[in-house]
Amino acid sequence: MDLLLMTLTTGIMVGGIYALVALGWVLIYKCSGVLNLAMGEMTLIGAYVSLSFYSMGVPFLLSLLFSLIIGFILGILTERIFLDRLIGEPVLTVIMVTVGLSFFFKGTVEFIWGTDTRVFAPPVFSIEPVRLGPLIIGEVYLWSFVAAIILLVVFVCFFKYTRWGLAMQATADDEMAALSVGVSARFVYAAAWAIAFMAAGVGGTLLGNINGLNISVGYLGLLVLPVVVLGGLNSVPGAILGGLIIGVLQNFCGAYLDRYFPGGVKEVAPFAFMAVFLLFKPYGIWGWERIERV
Amino acid sequence: MGGTTAIKADDVLLDLKDIHMYFGKVAALSGVSLQVRKGDIHSVIGPNGAGKTVMMNIINGLYRPQKGEIRFKGQLINNIRPYQRASLGMARTFQKVEVFGGMTVLDNIRLGRHIHFKSGILSGAIYAGRVAREEIEHRRFIEEEIIDLLEIEHIRHKPVGMLPYGLQKRVELGRALALEPELLILDEPLAGLNLEETEDMARFVIDVNEDKRWKVTCLLVEHDMGVVMDLSHQVFVLNFGNMIMNGTPQEVQNNPQVIKAYLGEEDMYATRR
Repeated sequence: MDLLLMTLTTGIMVGGIYALVALGWVLIYKCSGVLNLAMGEMTLIGAYVSLSFYSMGVPFLLSLLFSLIIGFILGILTERIFLDRLIGEPVLTVIMVTVGLSFFFKGTVEFIWGTDTRVFAPPVFSIEPVRLGPLIIGEVYLWSFVAAIILLVVFVCFFKYTRWGLAMQATADDEMAALSVGVSARFVYAAAWAIAFMAAGVGGTLLGNINGLNISVGYLGLLVLPVVVLGGLNSVPGAILGGLIIGVLQNFCGAYLDRYFPGGVKEVAPFAFMAVFLLFKPYGIWGWERIERV
Repeated sequence: MGGTTAIKADDVLLDLKDIHMYFGKVAALSGVSLQVRKGDIHSVIGPNGAGKTVMMNIINGLYRPQKGEIRFKGQLINNIRPYQRASLGMARTFQKVEVFGGMTVLDNIRLGRHIHFKSGILSGAIYAGRVAREEIEHRRFIEEEIIDLLEIEHIRHKPVGMLPYGLQKRVELGRALALEPELLILDEPLAGLNLEETEDMARFVIDVNEDKRWKVTCLLVEHDMGVVMDLSHQVFVLNFGNMIMNGTPQEVQNNPQVIKAYLGEEDMYATRR
């Protein structure tokens, strides 16, 4: 029973981080219809940036803030340099460009930071677990979850209640009409990439705090794919729910299946689940019933 | 070509000069010029594929012509982007309705209002004094002026995607009006509407054009000849990317070239009356 409860909580907490990264992904998809396959590497870059600042002695929150700022700049640059000229090109072309971007980002990361696993030293969160009633949770997980939830709320409020957010929604809904009422679509695309990069950076930093940081965190970032497919590609609540489901699923597989199929069940399970799930609900939980197929 | 009387420079709101637009080697417009006078309803007619919508897209900035000048209020706007043209005072509706289907009617119209908000995100968060006053003023404008005018009180909170086509067209017009434009481009506002809806829409266009509150200059693309001839001050006839003539409805109806190219047989015009 204890194991069940523990696995469930940890799963939800990690799922919060996935949800955050997935939200950034959904934003890009909603606004511009781009299936971004470089999301994993974007989490990686954000994580390494904040690690670098932290290693230089900058306080953790401040390094996180710096990684947000740099993420913002990189997001805008990526959009301007690589994707702006692809507006109006076939979806597949754009997807292939994001694949290229993912290799480019990964190469850049290996070039700058190397391939060894690096950790946040001294540890940001204490190893002593926190007790909440019957639950025992690692501090990393708890704070990651809290941070992810706060940022999720901020992003959702931004999207729903600010003029820029509304402009993004409008562009997602109908680009021509948005242009005709004075919304700049280029601005919206750039903003979507900036926000996605920022969300990925925070997600990566938190993930890096859990297991240490190396290229494989990028694969964790790629978990957004099952997450968003589950939620339905363009649905913000779907991304959040999908994130939680994948987090829980992954941890359950780790806890219960790993002893029968040792090595890697945790990594494979989300994708296997996604494949089965799509047989029954091809549009995800809350997706539009019209999806670009790759 | 008959009928084009020179307009005083001050009175010209929109001025197209020798516009050429090619898609590959296909000439959609070859050397079209048009002057729209402030306060007029200026219609553009022509058979399907004549280049009417291309012309609207050029005025609106969705397309850039390869050659020619577009002036709005005397300012050269060739290189100004569509969203910036919106803040200059240009609004439009589309041939196939382009509304934000997932949002409510009110949100759609509010979105047309956003360029008039002056306050930033910080003062908006504090929400006091000027900001609150500004918002109340915008709300009053939307509720009293637009929603009342277009008679859409009963559907304010409905998602636009759920509404019938005729009402969606009305919402689209409402959103364009929320910009408080000086020039309103209406691309086939009557297409697909039934008789009653057509009459309503024509009445709205007249209201918006004549009412002292609005006084909006309209550029109208329409196939319904009865409405065009009744509403317009000036009519511009386009065929295969060339101007056939520009003049008053009377002149256009009597021009043999127009009758041959477009109005065709007598009875086509008669049926639409």
